[in-house]
Amino acid sequence: MNIHEFQAKKLFRDAGIAVPRGIVVETPEEAASAFKELGGPLAVVKAQIHAGGRGKGTIKSNPSQHGVELVKSAEAAEKAAAAMLGEPLVTIQTGPEGQTVRRVYVEEGCDIARELYLGIVVDRASASPVLMVSTEGGMDIEEVAEKTPELIFKAPFDADRGLMPYQSRVLAQKLGLTGASVRSADKMFRAICKLFVKLDCSLAEVNPLVVTGSGDLMALDGKINFDDNAIFRHPDIAELRDTSEENPNELRAGKAGLSYVQLEGNIGCLVNGAGLAMSTMDLIKLHGGQPSNFLDVGGGAKTEQVTEAFRILLGDPNVKAVLVNIFGGIMQCTTIASAVLEAYKTVGFNVPLVVRLEGTEVEEGRKMLAESDVDIITAEGLTDAAKKVVAAAGAA
Amino acid sequence: MSILINKGTRVICQGITGKAGEFHSKNCIEYGTQLVAGVTPGKGGQTVLDRPVYDTVAESVEKEGADATMIFVPPPFTADAILEAADAGIKVIIAITEGVPVLDMARVYKVLENEYPDAVLVGPNCPGVITPGECKMGIMPGYIHTPGPVGVMSRSGTLTYEAVWQLTNLKLGQSTCVGLGGDPIVGTSFIDLLKMYEADGKTEAIMMMGEIGGTAEEEAAAYVKEHVTKPVAAFIAGRTAPPGKRMGHAGAIISGGKGTAEDKIAALTDAGIEVAESPADMGTALKRAMERK
Repeated sequence: MNIHEFQAKKLFRDAGIAVPRGIVVETPEEAASAFKELGGPLAVVKAQIHAGGRGKGTIKSNPSQHGVELVKSAEAAEKAAAAMLGEPLVTIQTGPEGQTVRRVYVEEGCDIARELYLGIVVDRASASPVLMVSTEGGMDIEEVAEKTPELIFKAPFDADRGLMPYQSRVLAQKLGLTGASVRSADKMFRAICKLFVKLDCSLAEVNPLVVTGSGDLMALDGKINFDDNAIFRHPDIAELRDTSEENPNELRAGKAGLSYVQLEGNIGCLVNGAGLAMSTMDLIKLHGGQPSNFLDVGGGAKTEQVTEAFRILLGDPNVKAVLVNIFGGIMQCTTIASAVLEAYKTVGFNVPLVVRLEGTEVEEGRKMLAESDVDIITAEGLTDAAKKVVAAAGAA
Repeated sequence: MSILINKGTRVICQGITGKAGEFHSKNCIEYGTQLVAGVTPGKGGQTVLDRPVYDTVAESVEKEGADATMIFVPPPFTADAILEAADAGIKVIIAITEGVPVLDMARVYKVLENEYPDAVLVGPNCPGVITPGECKMGIMPGYIHTPGPVGVMSRSGTLTYEAVWQLTNLKLGQSTCVGLGGDPIVGTSFIDLLKMYEADGKTEAIMMMGEIGGTAEEEAAAYVKEHVTKPVAAFIAGRTAPPGKRMGHAGAIISGGKGTAEDKIAALTDAGIEVAESPADMGTALKRAMERK
């Protein structure tokens, strides 16, 4: 689960991590009053959407307007907010349609001496969380990792022990910090590692992490992702979810307990198991088609959930044909067959449907479909299924 | 011979009184698994599928001689269930449960590594382990498997079934099939299994199914290049997956330009592994690998 920058900064502030003062607003007028309330000579107006790359991103209808703007008066704050609010912002992470800006964050300016980077992830290889810092703040960290990996410094830490003070000192030294900045870094590093564990984060990122003129460290940006599997432990965090930032089909699928990712093609896929679902997408592409989605109905799905999956696929106007690829394990082929029949009755099939069944209760499942009056293209094996669905989508 | 489990393995199911636990325990018993007991805290004294239910794993070890467990308890209790099994002396722990918090697994991993180095954890979020014709511990459909020389390992459940079915249809039976699980932190790695398959007298070739995310496949490729003499074939799922999107499995995500299918396929090919182009070609890729050696 993702949250907005202003929400992440509130969590940072509550955890004792220094952040600039800021006010989140929903109208240009409120942006003007926020500027006055902050009382400084300058402020930054920042579009609040879940995607990154906002500073370089542009408003779709007005490409000269970026998603982050430095302003020096209440009028300028109002103008910048007016240019962003209600408009789609296109960044490298949003896709060409952009993401509509519903709120902006007005934040006091700060005196920047240096820009650093800080991130925490769970490292698979060491099976532990790891704190990463870099001297290359404000840059695309993926590019830094690629071109100058020696400028990224890492410290794995135990979830329960947390980051040790000596680890902070070593990292601070590598960043070239001295004197009071070392103490400020130690306080911040340990606080953010503690927050990461306490809230079951999957990612925490501060880019840039700045050293101010007086030598203090401050989080100028804030990004937090949470482990979906651990949200049950954090009802207060679950409330921070902003569903307007999510793809409607993905949201709907999530409510039905399905795993769905929207793609750009025209062949709908309904598969059980993530690995097989990815392979099915690959297979469609290998045979010249384009998948419109990733959809894993999971192992324990009931007829109603699978029927909902059909509703989502068939409701997508881009979908020209649907491939059902099931290798029954926990999932029984009869469950899928029932769902196909149910979807046919309640939704109706407006596009060709190719079905490939294998595994648990396959004979019964195939029989149910064969004996029904539903118009289905049956397939034997993976290649046959892919060829048939690509042909069907092409003919539609 | 086989790896991890065989016809002598004495199996318990933690969470046998739950719906999934009972359903799959029944299937395992029908397959021929020696399922000796179930464990559900607070339900000791009951009987499920004609097997005794105990409150603790330690009791099942003491009274039934259990030495392997499959775990079906809900995600919030899975870390506890794994460590309970390890502490009771269980050596093969297979966690089927999906949805375990990743930091729970980070903690469990460290404890197992430091305090129970002899215990093997497979999973979580995995289909389980099967030694065809001898012992099934998990949720895979038994009938697709047949005893034979191919060791199968995978990060995905249904993709494993697909590969096994192709092998069976090519008259290539399997020694032991292991689903590693789709989470970022899992107990057993490809490399752990490569060591076991290489040492196993019955395994003559190894089939590996990976997917996008992390670097487990690259590490396995490097290991194969240095240490594995048996033929290896592989398939990587997710060539068409967009970066930054989690593809169902918590671990299946391309992030920071790392974990792409292309990188993995290049590393595997470089290690002399036969890589299947299409998921329909996994069985024949293994056959080619065997013929080539």
